[in-house]
Amino acid sequence: MSPPDPKQLHVVKDFEYTSPFVSCRFDPNGRFVFAGAEDRSVQRFDLASGNRVSLEAHDSWVRAIGFSPDGTKFYTGGYDGRLIFWPAEAEKPVPDGSIEAHRGWIRSLAVSPDGQTIATAGNDHLVKLWNAADGNFIAEFAGHESHIYYVMFHPTGQFLLSGDLKGQVKQWDVSTAQAVRTFDASPLHSFNGGQGVDYGGIRSLGMSADGKHLACSGLHKATNPLGAVNEPLVVLFDWESQKTVRSHVVSGVKGILWQVVYHSQLGLVGGSGGSGGGWIVFWQPDQDKEQFKFKMPNTVRDLDLHKDGLRIATAHHDKRIRLSSMAPKAKG
Amino acid sequence: MKCQYACGTTEHVVARRQFLGGLAAGVGGIVGGLGFMARPAAAKQLASQQKRVLVIYMAGGLSQLESWDPKPKTDTGGPFAAIPTSVPGLHVSELLPATAQQMHHLAVVRGINTHNNDHGKGSYMMLKGRRQMPGVEIPTLGAVCAKSLTDDGNGLPGHIRISPGGSGGRGNDAAYLGPKYASVSLGNGKPPQNSARPDSIAEAADQLRNGFRKKVNDHFSARRRTAETDAYTYSFEQAQQLMQQRAIFDVAQEPAADQERYGKYDFGRHCLLARRLLENGITFVQVSHSNYDTHNENFNFHLEQVGEFDRSFAALITDLADRGMLENTLVVVMSEFGRTPRINQHYGRDHWGTAWSVCLGGARIQPGAVIGKTNDNGTAVVDREVDAGHLFHTYLQAVDVDSTSSFDIGGRELPIADPAFESIGELLT
Repeated sequence: MSPPDPKQLHVVKDFEYTSPFVSCRFDPNGRFVFAGAEDRSVQRFDLASGNRVSLEAHDSWVRAIGFSPDGTKFYTGGYDGRLIFWPAEAEKPVPDGSIEAHRGWIRSLAVSPDGQTIATAGNDHLVKLWNAADGNFIAEFAGHESHIYYVMFHPTGQFLLSGDLKGQVKQWDVSTAQAVRTFDASPLHSFNGGQGVDYGGIRSLGMSADGKHLACSGLHKATNPLGAVNEPLVVLFDWESQKTVRSHVVSGVKGILWQVVYHSQLGLVGGSGGSGGGWIVFWQPDQDKEQFKFKMPNTVRDLDLHKDGLRIATAHHDKRIRLSSMAPKAKG
Repeated sequence: MKCQYACGTTEHVVARRQFLGGLAAGVGGIVGGLGFMARPAAAKQLASQQKRVLVIYMAGGLSQLESWDPKPKTDTGGPFAAIPTSVPGLHVSELLPATAQQMHHLAVVRGINTHNNDHGKGSYMMLKGRRQMPGVEIPTLGAVCAKSLTDDGNGLPGHIRISPGGSGGRGNDAAYLGPKYASVSLGNGKPPQNSARPDSIAEAADQLRNGFRKKVNDHFSARRRTAETDAYTYSFEQAQQLMQQRAIFDVAQEPAADQERYGKYDFGRHCLLARRLLENGITFVQVSHSNYDTHNENFNFHLEQVGEFDRSFAALITDLADRGMLENTLVVVMSEFGRTPRINQHYGRDHWGTAWSVCLGGARIQPGAVIGKTNDNGTAVVDREVDAGHLFHTYLQAVDVDSTSSFDIGGRELPIADPAFESIGELLT
């Protein structure tokens, strides 16, 4: 198998549907891509066959999707405030259970590295921890003062990290449910007095494989929030010192970095969408500017990396999930 | 068109009668008779009977789908749910939980088609009830109400706009009705500009200079009175009344519990100020909430903005109802247009005048009424289509102004509302 090369990036497959997509995630076994759509469904596409199964249990959009480490279960958090438990590989999955988890939207969820717990975060300014086996409530993490846009587990499982609209990232001790530290990523937030709106927020978080860097993605330079005039930005923190070590940008592009993910060989990868179109972007930690960027046919709303390190899924407004590859194009 | 009412027109007669009435009341030789408010009991009685109008202007274009006409589980519905209200069968967006409990005081017009997607033209139509025509100036609803409903003895302005920002000042929105009915803006809810006596001028000195001004003014007016001199004089006298009653603009004097209930943010304070102004006899108050022009992230921004609106607006409706003011106060929540059913690639909705909604209530509006209907995904009006002209007639008739009559301006009959339209009769009690 060829090593991943961003310069070889190309779209290999479109998974089409009847509604715009808002999210996408590969399952850990790499067999499926799951995608939330504006019609409130989650669509499961089989990567090999292209077969599609429609999963309809939420009463609103689903932007939060996570999996058990073995890939046999998956979890969805909806803008209806519900956390739903599913069998991932069933021919036609039916929910195993459902929890009224938050008052208001669940915007993000994360599964602990050991698969024992699920963290959810939402518009009620709370992070909540649930038992993945039985759905029982375990703990609540209170302290954010605005909508929480993203939650993730630290790779050790000892901490939770949650980022909010105001650009504040809280590091929580999972065992005590207490905040340990706060990372100030406020460049990712702005208040526009003329329009009277708060805008921006932590659209995603990522930890580098060596544990040295915390990446917070979103937007800055929001000169016209209501008109989508803003630019993508990653604020990169040194984990230990909490100092900002990089401000990763996407040169010449307007948009939002909806999702960043660390690639084990390539560094940070992000999906940007907005008035500047859709882009897949790569950065190295020693430069603010991107190393490479690839234009997609439509705005990008979410991104995930396949376990093979070669493929990337992106969710699009034009009712497609696109599968792109960093392997050289097949000849002929 | 110039206002020429000091030359034997009806307006002149009225003004002169008030002038004489003011003198007879023995409250000083104030041209225009502004001494009425010096009699609190009479003012209170007037206030209890006086028709008033409150407009909440959702600047930029409120989404009807995220407010009064939700379409959940359709291709255009977006992520929000619809919730039941205090009116059986009527649902509104889940973003309006507090207002939902007040819908028995309110009504919704869901079949608006203004054939317009332009901010300026939309604002013009909704506030003036007509389409913009080159070279024609039309007074706004506020100016029309101020002229039609305000007792000229009321020393306070009849037409006040509370804007989210700005420094305040006087609007240029009364057209041929004259500057007397133009809006006074309260920038960010602050009292009218220059309404406090400067510390450098002692009260006694202030009285002396005002006395001198009146004397000179009366002398001049005795021989050369015109509409302009009347407006000039009125401005001074109104300013004096404003200075004396400046406290009514001070929302901080409202109980702390009310300030908390309305919300300690600009729009909450502005709604509480609106209540205070209406209670003190201001005829027309317009509060703007900004901004709903959500081409980008419509759902996040409506979550943010409508959440603010809901709390403060519901508190205001509750209070107007509880205090018996709703019977005489028309409330209208309007924008320049709605927003597209189609969700764009930025999770936004764009300009849409084709099928949208207005919420209104109080005065002669039938509580709980739902007029007009859009199709399943909100892309077209399918029943009882109305335009801005219908709404303008309806607003006025709700406060007992005969919208089919005319203003007599310098001998010319100028229709109060567009004669091509009529009121929405079934919406009125």
